[in-house]
Amino acid sequence: MELLAGAFIYLVSAVIAVPLAHRLGLGSVLGYLIAGIVIGPAFGLVGAETEEVMHFAEFGVVMMLFLVGLELQPFMLWRMRAQLLGLGGLQVVATAVLLALAALLIGLTWQASVAVGMILALSSTAIVLQTLNEKGWMKAPAGRSAFSVLLFQDIAVIPMLALLPLLAIGDPTPAHLGDHGHASGIAHWPEWVQAIAILSVIAGIIAAGRFLIRPVFRFVAEARLREVFTAAALLLVVGIALAMDAIGLSPALGTFLAGVVLSDSEYRHELESDIAPFKGLLLGLFFISVGAGIDFGLLFGQPLQIFGLVLAVMAIKLTVLLALGRAFGLPGSDTWLFGLGLAQAGEFAFVLFGVALTGGVIVLAEAQMLTVIVTVSMLATPLLFIVYERVIAPRAAVGVTRDADTIEEWGPVVIAGVGRFGQIVSRFLIANGQKVIVLDHDPALIEMLRKFGLKTYYGDATRPDLLHAAGLEQARIFVAALDDAEAQTRLVAHVARTYPCVHIIARAHNRQHVYELLEAGAHEVEREMFESALCAGRQALVALGAHPFRAHQLARAFRRHDLQSLEMLHEAWSNGGFDQHYVAAARMRYEELVRLMGSDRSDRHDTSDRGWTPPPKGDAAS
Amino acid sequence: MRVQVLFAHPRSDRSEVNTALAAAARSLPYVTFVDLYAEYPDFDIDVDREQDRLLGHDVVVFQHPVYWYSCPALLKEWQDLVLEHGFAYGSQGRALTGKILMNVVTCGARRETYGYSGANGHELRDFFLPFEKTAHLCRMRWLPPFAVFAAGHALEEGRLEGQVAAYRCLLTALAENRIDLVRAERVNLLSEDLDRLIWPAAPAAEVA
Repeated sequence: MELLAGAFIYLVSAVIAVPLAHRLGLGSVLGYLIAGIVIGPAFGLVGAETEEVMHFAEFGVVMMLFLVGLELQPFMLWRMRAQLLGLGGLQVVATAVLLALAALLIGLTWQASVAVGMILALSSTAIVLQTLNEKGWMKAPAGRSAFSVLLFQDIAVIPMLALLPLLAIGDPTPAHLGDHGHASGIAHWPEWVQAIAILSVIAGIIAAGRFLIRPVFRFVAEARLREVFTAAALLLVVGIALAMDAIGLSPALGTFLAGVVLSDSEYRHELESDIAPFKGLLLGLFFISVGAGIDFGLLFGQPLQIFGLVLAVMAIKLTVLLALGRAFGLPGSDTWLFGLGLAQAGEFAFVLFGVALTGGVIVLAEAQMLTVIVTVSMLATPLLFIVYERVIAPRAAVGVTRDADTIEEWGPVVIAGVGRFGQIVSRFLIANGQKVIVLDHDPALIEMLRKFGLKTYYGDATRPDLLHAAGLEQARIFVAALDDAEAQTRLVAHVARTYPCVHIIARAHNRQHVYELLEAGAHEVEREMFESALCAGRQALVALGAHPFRAHQLARAFRRHDLQSLEMLHEAWSNGGFDQHYVAAARMRYEELVRLMGSDRSDRHDTSDRGWTPPPKGDAAS
Repeated sequence: MRVQVLFAHPRSDRSEVNTALAAAARSLPYVTFVDLYAEYPDFDIDVDREQDRLLGHDVVVFQHPVYWYSCPALLKEWQDLVLEHGFAYGSQGRALTGKILMNVVTCGARRETYGYSGANGHELRDFFLPFEKTAHLCRMRWLPPFAVFAAGHALEEGRLEGQVAAYRCLLTALAENRIDLVRAERVNLLSEDLDRLIWPAAPAAEVA
C-alpha cells in the first residue's frame, strides 16, 4: 500500500499543478517542477525515496529519445552531421573549458574544475525537448540546432564517464563501480574486447531493427491484441536500454539509434503512440522528483552564493550558445531560443557527480552544492522559455525579419504543402511560367522533389513567421494544400486574418471540411478526392457500356448537382453540423439526383437529358 | 431595348480586333456582355441560366471570329443546347418571338475575297444563312453581319478605331431602338450601310 500511497501523492500533485501551469501558459515542465517542490521540500509528503524515483523516472528520457529517433530518418541524421559535430562539439568543448577555468578561479582543484566544467556543459535533454515539442518549436531552426547539441551531449557522456576516473586523485577505486547503474558489466574485459562488444551491440541494434523487428512486430500485430503490441514496444525499448547499459553506453543513445532505424518502418506511428504515454508519465515523474529533490536547507543556507553561482554558470553557457548560434547562422530570435533553452545544466549531471564523487574527484560538500546549482538552473529553464516566448519572440516578429534569407525568392503564388495535392498544383503553375514558393515540412519529400527540380522550402507552413518569410504579403494567391485537415483549417484562418488581400484556394478533406474552410476564410475550396473519384466513376460507366460522351455528360451533371448541394447544405450544416435536418436535406438532394440522372429513361425530355435531343416525333420541327 | 452580347472567342488574348470590340461592348452600361468561353471553359453550358438571360433581353448579338465560314464551337454548342424545342422552336416554343439576332464577326480574309467574283465565291452574308434560318425558326428577326475584314491587319492599317466606334454606335442604336430594321434586313452587310440604317437619336424621353 505504501507504493500506492506514494503514487497517489505524485499523481495528485501532477493532476493539480500541471493543468494549472498550462492554463497560466507556463508549460508543463514548470508545473511538474512546482508539484515536486510542493510535495517535497515544502510539505515533506515525500522524502528520501525521491532519488530512487528519479533514477527510475530517468527512463522517460530514454523513451523520449526513442520517440525522437522515430521521427528522424537516417538520411536526416546524416544531413545533420555538420550541425551535430560542429555545433554540438564546439558547445561542449568551449563551455567545458570556460566553466573549468571559472571553477579554477574560485579555487577548485584542477581535477575538480575539469570535471565540473565537463559536467555542467551538458544541458537537460528532458526539459528542453519536452518544451520544444510542447511549443512546436522542434522544427524551427533553433529547435533543430538545440536537438543537435543535445544529441551530441548524449554521446559526449560516454567519453566523460571514461575520463572522470582518470581524474581521480589518489583513490584507485574505479568510478564505474559506483552505485549509479552506469557501471559497465564489461569493464573488466580487455579494452579491445570491450570495443568489439560495443560495436557488435550497435551493429546488432541496427541489424535487428532492419531485419528482425519487423517480422516480430508483424507476428505480434497479427494477434490483434493492442496491449501485447504495447508490451512488445516496451520490451524493445527496455531491452535496448539493458543492452546499452551492459556495455556502458548511454541507454538513451541506444534507443535513439533504434528509433532512427525504425523510423521508416510501417510500425512507426503505432510504436510512437504506444510509447508516448509512458514517456510522458515518466518524464513528468522525473520533473517532479527534480523539484522534490531540491535541498532547500542548503539553498536557503547560502542563497546568495548559490544563486550567484547559478547565474554565473548560466551566463557562461548562454554566452557560448549565443556566439555559436550566430556563427552557425541562426536567425535573430532563434538564436535566443537556442541560447536560453540550453543554458541550464542537465540531469546527466546528477549521475556524473555521483561518479565523480565516488572517484574522489570532488568532495561531498561540492557534490551537494553542485547538485543544487543544477536543480535551480533546471528550475529556471521554464522561466527562460517564458521570457523568450513573451518578450523576445514577439519583438522579433514585429522587427525587421532577417528570416527571408532562408527563402531566397518571393513569388505571386505561395503553396503550403507539397504532397500529392500541392505537387500537382505547383507543377501545373510552374509549367505555366508562374513563380511559385512551395513550403513543406516533410524533408524526405522535399529532397525528392528537389531531385526533380521543384524548388521546395522546408518549414512548417502553419508557423506564422515562416509564412511571413515566404513573402505572403507580396503574394496574390495562397494555396493551402496540407494533408492534416485541422492544421489546414487553422492555417487558412490565420492567412485570411493576417493577409486579407491574398486569394486563398484550399484543399478540403471532405464536405464538412469544405464548410470549415469557407468559414475560416478560404475563397475557393476543392475537395481533394472529388474530381478523381468522379473520373473513376465515369470510366466505370464507360466500361459498363455507356458511350464515352454520354458518361462524360452524366459526370458533368453529377458534378453540377453535387456542387449545388454543397452550397445548399451549407446552411443546414452551419445550423447544427450533421444533425437530422442536414441528413434530411441531403437525402432529398440525393433522391433528386437519382431522378435527374435519368432513372426514367423512356422520357427523352426530362431535365438531365435535355442536351442534343431531337424534337419529339409528334411535333414538326418547323 | 435590352441588348446582350454573347462573345465567343477561344483565344481572345491573341485577337486584336475582337478584344477591342469586346472591350467596347463591355463598357456600355446598357449592354449585357457575356464571355462564353470564360463562363463555360468546360463547355458545360447552364441551359436554364442562358434561357433566362435570353428572356431578359430583346437583342442577341453573337460576337465571334469566323471559323470555317461559321462560328467557334462553343457558340454552336450554345445554340444546340439553349435553343431547345419547346422553348425556342416547335409548336410550343415561342419564348424568343420578335427578338433580334445578329452576328458581329471578324474575318481573316479581305473584303474582296467575298462576292461572286472573289476567291470565296459568295457574299459573307450567304455563309450566315444557317444563322438566319435559325433565327427565323425561332420566330426572331435576323440582321446581316457586322463584319471587320482582314482583322489581322486592321490595327496597322488604322481601321480598328473606326470599326470599334461603329460597333459602339450599332449597339447604342440597337439599345435605343433606332435601327431601321426593315431596311437593315435587306442589306448585304450591316457594317457597310450603318449610317443609312440608323435613325438620329430620339429625344431622351423615348429612349428605352
